[in-house]
Amino acid sequence: MPVSKETLDEIALSRKEYNLIVQKLGRDPTEVELGMFGSLWSEHCGYKHSKALLRLFPTMGKHVLIKPGEENAGVIDIGDGQVVAFKMESHNHPSYIEPYQGAATGVGGIVRDIFTMGIRPIALMNSLRFGPLSDPHNRYLMGGVVGGIAGYGNCLGIADVGGEIYFDECYSNNPLVNALCLGIGRVEDLVKARACGEGNLIMLVGADTGRDGLHGASGLASRTFEEVRELRSAVQVGNPFMEKLLIEACLELARTDWIVGMQDCGAAGLTSAMVEAAAKGKSGLDIDVQKVPRREKGMTPYEVMLSESQERMVVIVKKGYEDRVRALFDRWELHSDIIGRVTPDGLATIRDGSQIVASAPVEILNTPPIYRFRPKRPSWLDKLGQLDLAKVKDISPKKAGDVLLKLLASPNICSKHKVYRQYDHQVGNNTVVLPGSDAAVLRIQGTQKAISMVTDGNGRYCYVNPFLGGVIAVAEAARNTACSGARPVAITNCLNFGNPEKNDVIYQLQECIKGMSHACKKLKIPVISGNVSLYNETRGVAIFPTPVVGMVGLIRDVKHHCSAGFKNEGDTVLLLGDSGGGESLGSSEYLELFHGTVRGSQQIDIEMEKRLQACLIKAVERGLLNSAHDCSDGGLSVTLAESCILGNTGFKGNLEVTGRLDAALFGEAQSRAVVSVNPRATRRLESLAFKYNIPVTRLGSVGGSRLIIKGYIDLPLNQVHNDWCNGL
Amino acid sequence: MKFGIVVFPGTWSDRDCYYSVHNILGQEAAYVWHKETDITGHDCVILPGGFSYGDYLRTGAIARFSPVMEAVAEFAGKGKPVIGICNGFQVLCEAHLLPGVLRQNDHLQYRCQWTYLKTENTSTVFTSKCPKGQVLKIPISHYEGRYYADDAVLEELEANNRVAFRYATPDGDVTIQANPNGALNNIAGIINKQGNVLGMMPHPERSCEDILGSADGNIIWESIIASI
Repeated sequence: MPVSKETLDEIALSRKEYNLIVQKLGRDPTEVELGMFGSLWSEHCGYKHSKALLRLFPTMGKHVLIKPGEENAGVIDIGDGQVVAFKMESHNHPSYIEPYQGAATGVGGIVRDIFTMGIRPIALMNSLRFGPLSDPHNRYLMGGVVGGIAGYGNCLGIADVGGEIYFDECYSNNPLVNALCLGIGRVEDLVKARACGEGNLIMLVGADTGRDGLHGASGLASRTFEEVRELRSAVQVGNPFMEKLLIEACLELARTDWIVGMQDCGAAGLTSAMVEAAAKGKSGLDIDVQKVPRREKGMTPYEVMLSESQERMVVIVKKGYEDRVRALFDRWELHSDIIGRVTPDGLATIRDGSQIVASAPVEILNTPPIYRFRPKRPSWLDKLGQLDLAKVKDISPKKAGDVLLKLLASPNICSKHKVYRQYDHQVGNNTVVLPGSDAAVLRIQGTQKAISMVTDGNGRYCYVNPFLGGVIAVAEAARNTACSGARPVAITNCLNFGNPEKNDVIYQLQECIKGMSHACKKLKIPVISGNVSLYNETRGVAIFPTPVVGMVGLIRDVKHHCSAGFKNEGDTVLLLGDSGGGESLGSSEYLELFHGTVRGSQQIDIEMEKRLQACLIKAVERGLLNSAHDCSDGGLSVTLAESCILGNTGFKGNLEVTGRLDAALFGEAQSRAVVSVNPRATRRLESLAFKYNIPVTRLGSVGGSRLIIKGYIDLPLNQVHNDWCNGL
Repeated sequence: MKFGIVVFPGTWSDRDCYYSVHNILGQEAAYVWHKETDITGHDCVILPGGFSYGDYLRTGAIARFSPVMEAVAEFAGKGKPVIGICNGFQVLCEAHLLPGVLRQNDHLQYRCQWTYLKTENTSTVFTSKCPKGQVLKIPISHYEGRYYADDAVLEELEANNRVAFRYATPDGDVTIQANPNGALNNIAGIINKQGNVLGMMPHPERSCEDILGSADGNIIWESIIASI
């Protein structure tokens, strides 16, 4: 019987895709098979619109141990037998429908991706985007999301070391909730997500299976927003306590030799966990849904296979070891049930007792079509990239102080401490630099080493120039990393875009990826994992293209790390880099806040960027710098103000202004950092900068209780501090 | 000396406690599973922070029924030192080894931040190494940390010098602004009548190295070690 359009719509498959399934199988799929195809061939699981583009990312590097797509998260080798795994993932749509649970289960999912690999999760970060808080609904969404991240994450004993939050109208009905998790472990404990070895047993562990989250992957994550308002049941409910038990039990199990693989049930539940594991193990599987413990009665095989109930793990147990594995889970008071076994036939066979309800080749299920596009450059981009400075009135010196205070109080720039103080950022005894600096720094116990973590992504820059925006997203994350004294090692990313079936959106996606790849290649930073979130649009209006970069850096000796706040009175403050001219106002926070417009592309010279970062890292390693702060949103004056606030001390200095005053104070020219050094080390830093061919300017010195840029700004520190603190 | 660190399902500062008493202070330490009933081999028992049993009911209300808690009560009854940190403090209150309760923070939000603790009583086994009035920089991390007790209990605590720590400014002034959760009398930690059971909301195991921002928490462990 031909399948109805309604059925296909429900699982977000096109008629063409359905026909492809029939052709490949040589028959019509069964109901359960169709549901499985819908999930596995969804954008969320199958990356059918983005896979061709994702191949542009460089993935090779001397530290890379596990590349994107090979396992649940990418892994880097940091020496001494230690490995770091990290990945970022979106939970945008669920968080819009039910902010608390949406964000909470986002954290749960990304944490499972890490410990599934036998690696202990030690740090979380979040990159969030909301509409303006003047709208109470946006405030409600943010409250729920932050509450959900705190409620779930704090219960797990994993430090949440910050991230970023930005606001723009375009996110009003499309909030972005991206969560990053990082884990650290030993190379010999790594567990693969594979099912292999004929006769090995498939065990389901953790929570019972309910109807929650049906069609999460195919429905929620692969549609635009106006369609999903009704899909509340597609959002799952999290149980962080269960997750905590799973973490401990699974890590214990990873140190045994009783299993061949482990995989978490995430999007598309058992279906994707099993099929992906069987594909990686080049095996088949045979499971009986009647063996799956249920949360409610009357569930159909289709529902069991597609449920996205949280806190469930699939473990592939070596035959004969099942009693030991079960005893381990019993000790943690976790249910564990054998639901099937690994087969050599390459088929995913699903039984409902004696009846076979699905039996399709794993290979076909796991190979969605890949779409290639030749998007055309939208004509509106040309106009948007231009900024006519004649139409932007410069500020008078008398107004500069007021403008600075307003910028400091603007939600995109102000302190986010009201958010991150709700996250436990110290558990684990690793956090050396707390949230609020350019990058968080965590030391690695038992070694001299430390890692830095940062997330970055400026949707405005990508909107006006997707290629350069992509370049800048990577460059800025790397600059933040360098400011902490760390060498960038690898990145993960979350690509948040609109509906990929539209030319403009796929063009943005393509250009952003090209830009990011360009920067990654130039800066020699591989991409080791990532996630794509498409269909972020409501009523036909897409969000700004928002690629978020999560970057991890390595510090050889934690004694030589650096943070953004000024440290000592009397230190000399210098600017590294070139502030450029009026074009640095392009798409700046100042331009939007005071001139109500998002136009004009930022420029970046990636070679200069590379030299600046090398110079910063060298200066920190030589112990020259007492502080280093990336010059970004709000420009030089905001950077100086933040270093004062974070160091709880003043600044006094001069700024030579030859062109526009607003550009000099608030322009966002790239490849700059404000650093402070002991006066006796000033010459050494200057000669280092000279060696790296980086312009260096003495700005003034640290001290006092005012922020003074002579002739333009003279503000008491407590006012600067108050306005910045109370912006949210 | 030997520290026993109790692990309930959902406990998470067990590892940090182990790290600070073993790796930093060089003491023997062992985890004590919540089903164990014999803890006589230890010299001091730590009930660490976390969310025992998810704390879906009142915090600590389920953990107090764990088999190990009977042993802990017996251990404490013999005058041996027991310290409950954060969730451990909540468990001790639920188990009636300490008076009062920990209510939700007055602002109804989780709070993770540095706090400054004025040491009120320096003659206990937990604080003997603190000069009187010394301010300790130790962080909090909790949603339910607002100490509450009825007037009679509060009066008795104050009259008998049983408030071990109060939230204060970095200079040691006990002010409303320095109180992070609305705790009565700025109470951050109390001891039992015999002086061998301490409950505190802040996490001394996190203030164990200068690189983490403070090593003040070690003073508490050092005091215990000196007392044995």
